[in-house]
Amino acid sequence: MKRAVIAIVLLLLFGAARLPYEIHLQKIQQAAGFNSATLNLPLRQQLGQMSFVAALSGFRSLVAAVLYIEAYETWQKLEWGRLAGLLQTVTTLQPKSTLYWDMAAWHMAWNASVAAMENKDQPSKILREREARKYWELGKKFYEDGLRNNPDSAELWKNLAILERDKFQDHAAASKAFEMSSTKPNAYGYTKRFAAYELAQVPGQERAAYDKLKALYDLSESEHSPTLIHTLKELEEKLGIPADQRIKETNAH
Amino acid sequence: MALNTLTELTRLKIFYFLLIFALLTIGSSFFTADLKTDEQFQLLKDVSLGSMSIFTSLIAILATALLLPKDLEDRTTFTILAKPVPRYEYLMGKLLGIFLLLALAIVVMTGVFLAVLWLRQQNAILAAQGALQGDELTHEIASIRAVTFNANLTPGIIIIFVKSALLASLTLMISTFATTSIFTMMMSIAIYFIGHLQATAREYWLDAVGVQWWTKPALAAVALLFPDLQAFSLTDDVVAGVPIHLSLFLQTATLGFFYVVVYYLLSCFFFSNREL
Repeated sequence: MKRAVIAIVLLLLFGAARLPYEIHLQKIQQAAGFNSATLNLPLRQQLGQMSFVAALSGFRSLVAAVLYIEAYETWQKLEWGRLAGLLQTVTTLQPKSTLYWDMAAWHMAWNASVAAMENKDQPSKILREREARKYWELGKKFYEDGLRNNPDSAELWKNLAILERDKFQDHAAASKAFEMSSTKPNAYGYTKRFAAYELAQVPGQERAAYDKLKALYDLSESEHSPTLIHTLKELEEKLGIPADQRIKETNAH
Repeated sequence: MALNTLTELTRLKIFYFLLIFALLTIGSSFFTADLKTDEQFQLLKDVSLGSMSIFTSLIAILATALLLPKDLEDRTTFTILAKPVPRYEYLMGKLLGIFLLLALAIVVMTGVFLAVLWLRQQNAILAAQGALQGDELTHEIASIRAVTFNANLTPGIIIIFVKSALLASLTLMISTFATTSIFTMMMSIAIYFIGHLQATAREYWLDAVGVQWWTKPALAAVALLFPDLQAFSLTDDVVAGVPIHLSLFLQTATLGFFYVVVYYLLSCFFFSNREL
C-alpha cells in the first residue's frame, strides 16, 4: 500500500514536471497543423459510437478512409443527401487533407447539382434550378472551409475560381480566387492569366485587367497565348489605347 | 536478455499480426481500384499508417503484458534472478526485447507498405504513359510522384514506434504489480483510451470557464497521472500532407523518451520488492 502511494505521488510529480512541456508541445503541434480536427458532439452523432471512439483513439485517418470508401459507394448509388453527410464527416475528421475537401466540393457542385437539374421526378424547372444552386452553394462551402484549414492550397483556390466562373458566373470572385491560387506554392502557371481574363469581364475593371495582361504579355513569349492576345486586343479597343502602344501580334483567334 | 526476449516473443507467433497488416494493405488496393489515382494513394496511406499504428500499439500492449506472467509461470524468472542478474537489468532486458520486436515489426510493415505504394506508383505511371504525351505526361508523372512518396512518412513512422515504445514501458510497469496478464491488458487498454483524451482534460482543467469545482481535481488527476498519447498521434495529419519539422519531431520524440525512462524506473521500483 505504501509503495502504491509512493508510486502515485511519483507519477503526479512527473505529471507536474511534464505539464509545461506538454502544453508547449501541444501549441507548436497545433501551430504546425497537427491535431486540428474538432471531435465534438455533432461529429459523434454522424460517426456512431464505435467510429467516434476509434477517431478519439488516434485512428482518425483510418476512420476517414473507411467513410470515404463508403461515400464513393453512396455516390455510385446517387444518394446525394447521404453523400453530403458522409463527405462532411470525412472532411471534419481530416481537415488537412485538401483531396477530401476538393472531392467533396466537386461531388456537390458538379455531380449533385447536375443530377438535381436532370431530376425527372421534379417537373418544375425553377425548383430544379433552386435545388442545383443549393448544391453549388454546398460545394462552395466545402472549398471555403477547406481553404480555412489549408490556406496555401493552390489547387483548392483554383477549383473555387472555376466554380465561381462556371456555375455562379461571378467573374470578380473567380478572378480573386485565381489570383490567390497563383500566389501559392505549386500553383499552375496559367492561373495568373486566368485571373486577368476573369477581371476583364468585370464591368469597370477593364483597365486593371489590361494592365495585368499587358504585364504578362511583356513578361515572356510563352505568355503569348491566343486567348491572352485576343483579350488584350479587345481591351485595347474598349479602352482606346493609342495605336503605337498596342501589341503587334495578329494571330488572335 | 533482450535477444532471448525477442526469440521468446517470436515463438508466441506475434508476427501473425503482420500477415493481417499485409492483407489489409494489399486488400485496400482492391477496394479503391475504381477511384482516381490521388484518391487511391491517399486511402492507401490512411489505411496503411492507421493499421501500422493499431498493430504496433496492440503488439506493445499484448506482448508486454504476457512477458512477466509467462516467465513466472515457466519459472524462468527464478532461474534468471538466481544468477547474479539484478532485477532492474532483467526488466531492462525485457523492455529492450520488446523494443526490438516493435522495431522489427515496424520495419516489416513499412517494407510492405512501401512496396505496395511503389507498385501502385509504377502502375499509375504506366497508365499515364499509355494515355498522355509530352508536357501533359511529364506533369502527370510529377504529380503521381508527389502524391506517393514524401519525406514526412519517415518521421511519422518513427513517431509510431515512439508511441508503441511508450505503451510497452507503461504496460511493463503495470505488469510489475499486476497479478494476472488480463488485468495488465485491461488496464493498459483503458489507459490507452484515456491517454488520447488527456490533452482535452488538461485544457479543461487549466483553461475552461464554468467547469464545476469538483470536476477540476478529477481533470487534474487525468492530466497528471496519464500519458498524453494525442501528442504522438501525428500520422493522421502526416498522411494528409502536413510536414513534420525537425524540431517538432525531436521535441515529440524527447517527450516519448522521458515517458519510457520514467515508466521503466517505476517498473524497477515496483519489481524490486515483489515477492516471486
